[in-house]
Amino acid sequence: MKRIVLFLPFLVFLVLGVVFYFLLGKDTQYMPSALIGQPVPQFQLVTLKGEQIKQTDDLPKGSYLINFWGTWCPSCHVEHPYLMTLAEQGVTIIGIDYKDQQAAARQWLRDKGNPYTLVLMDELGQFGLDMGVTGAPETFVVNAEGKIAYRLQGVLNAQSWQVIKAYL
Amino acid sequence: MMKQLLIGLVLLGLVNTTFAEERMTFRSELNQVRYQSLIKELRCPKCQNQNLADSNSGISVDLRQQVHNMIESGKTDQEIVDYMVARYGTFVLYRPQNTPATFLLWYGPFILLLGGVVLFVAVLMKNRGRGSK
Repeated sequence: MKRIVLFLPFLVFLVLGVVFYFLLGKDTQYMPSALIGQPVPQFQLVTLKGEQIKQTDDLPKGSYLINFWGTWCPSCHVEHPYLMTLAEQGVTIIGIDYKDQQAAARQWLRDKGNPYTLVLMDELGQFGLDMGVTGAPETFVVNAEGKIAYRLQGVLNAQSWQVIKAYL
Repeated sequence: MMKQLLIGLVLLGLVNTTFAEERMTFRSELNQVRYQSLIKELRCPKCQNQNLADSNSGISVDLRQQVHNMIESGKTDQEIVDYMVARYGTFVLYRPQNTPATFLLWYGPFILLLGGVVLFVAVLMKNRGRGSK
């Protein structure tokens, strides 16, 4: 009995060692969205082209991506070519032009191509707040049931796509 | 020369204060106090180790504005906190909520203290028994 007590500190050390080992290399910046498993929040936004009002009901029926971007955002420049690639592969992407100018955004899509099925303007960032966005780019996966399944903060590229596509 | 320098410094001081915080008007003194305490307790979701009051990131500016709007439109502190948690998760709270998930966080220290006291008494009793022998 006495001998077991002497080994207690060593056991504690082992348990802590295992716990810490598995936490190594984890992305400390990673934050799951508070909206996982919930439907897309209600909104009324104006389209970038044509200036029509769209609502939550106008969202696609199958699974799709919601991508927050802006012409002011340097990482969005980096991300854009990969979005074009995804669009060519037939992925539905809804673009939210986040806190941006209409003219600049239109110019951007003319120059670089338009990977989005639909682009909505969120000039004041209110829809961004409702989605819990902290900046751009941010990409949400909405599954076929219309629920938010995953949120990616930062650039969507070939590497992060490997993780994301499993949620589509 | 000296006078100009002084005026320059005063102007610089003015610039700094306007940069640090947006100009906001409140309907009452109480609202302003509530605003100040809320932005100190809410964490910036982008910068992680700053509260809304200290951070100048775009999202913090927006969230401060949102807190201000909600206070002025008559929302209670609890409603504002719930609004933030619904969007950014419990992460935005510097004061953790008292839920089953945070049970150990709140009561862990007391449980450890109790364990320590029990152990202490046990050792004490054992030693006393030995002493009387």
